[in-house]
Amino acid sequence: MLNGLQRLGATSLEVFARLGRGFLFLLRALAGMPALALRPGLVVQQLFSVGVLSLVIIVVSGLFVGMVLGLQGYTTLVNFGADQSLGVLVALSVVRELGPVVTALLFGGRAGSALAAEIGLMKSTDQLSGMEMMAVDPMRRVIAPRLLAGFLAMPLLAAIFSFLAIFGAYLVGVGLLGVDSGAFWGQMQDAVEFREDILNGVIKSLAFGFVASWIAVFEGYDAEPTSEGVSRATTRTVVNTSLAVLGLDFVLTALMFG
Amino acid sequence: MRNRRVVEIWVGLFVALGAAALFALAIQVSNIPVFESTDGYEVELRFANIGGLRTRAPVTVGGVRVGRVSDIRLDPDSYQAVVSARIQSDYRLPEDTSASIYTSGLLGEQYIALDPGGMDMYLRDGDEITLTQSALVLERLIGQFLYQMGGDNEEE
Repeated sequence: MLNGLQRLGATSLEVFARLGRGFLFLLRALAGMPALALRPGLVVQQLFSVGVLSLVIIVVSGLFVGMVLGLQGYTTLVNFGADQSLGVLVALSVVRELGPVVTALLFGGRAGSALAAEIGLMKSTDQLSGMEMMAVDPMRRVIAPRLLAGFLAMPLLAAIFSFLAIFGAYLVGVGLLGVDSGAFWGQMQDAVEFREDILNGVIKSLAFGFVASWIAVFEGYDAEPTSEGVSRATTRTVVNTSLAVLGLDFVLTALMFG
Repeated sequence: MRNRRVVEIWVGLFVALGAAALFALAIQVSNIPVFESTDGYEVELRFANIGGLRTRAPVTVGGVRVGRVSDIRLDPDSYQAVVSARIQSDYRLPEDTSASIYTSGLLGEQYIALDPGGMDMYLRDGDEITLTQSALVLERLIGQFLYQMGGDNEEE
């Protein structure tokens, strides 16, 4: 009984300690941001590994998600004679929800895990301590550019995903199933609002990008400096990112469209 | 150095692609108000019942969209719905134009159809269209129909 209580207390203390460390870590990383203005090359390098290298998976899944949505939406809508509204269905679901959320999940799996593993390995091989010995602040040199690159790359990736998903639905709906092309785009343009739908989607992807890269960088930095610790940090990054993104998405949706 | 150049080119391409996708979403997918001409003139229409009309619903003449509904509110004195519609300035409408609310398709959204009259005077900004016909509310229609049926039976 007492043992169980003690374990519960220890676990909660640990959770709170981690939350506190994560928050302090974020503040230190943000304090390192201004120094990046002097060395934008660092951010470009990270944009390459976080953004460009994620392009392939984003492009392919965007196209396929759109094509599947087109097929499924059509088979349901055609029963009600509303197959012309396929464009609205696909555009709204992709721009508001699927684009930012699926991109963030893929981003966590593709880029977040890589970030965590890289930083965790740097820590376990004492590269971070080495930097400190040479009076190079790892917060500025390593953490800040990765955080900023993730934050910048997410909305771009989400926009590419959304556009390709709609294009995929267009390919299937108009090309394969014979929905009228004018009705597809016309109804979509009537129903989708720029400020209400697209801008809110961009805001969502910014929030997800911030959370996903924060989690990835922190888990890497906070990893136990062993090979097992690095592997656990990578796993935790993917799991925590997915949970955080899904939970945050519910809150944001309730705030924006509720 | 060459490696760095390649990286920078790729990143430039990535950013350009992302910006292009956002731009395409704005132009092709949404009706971004920036690109829709906001010039034109506003007319007011009074209806006893607007059914399911919403703001941004199309205003058409002969099936061609000439404007959009910009505002809907209730006149607190007469309990009539006051609908403001913005008409593109290319289209001049006679003062005795009449308006009705129709539904596109069986379950589609509702829109305002204008029937131009024959007067020489044209509507200007802030004018009011007085000849209006309310939306058909299906329940009301069925209610009236049933009522009439009942009345017929009693007479016989």
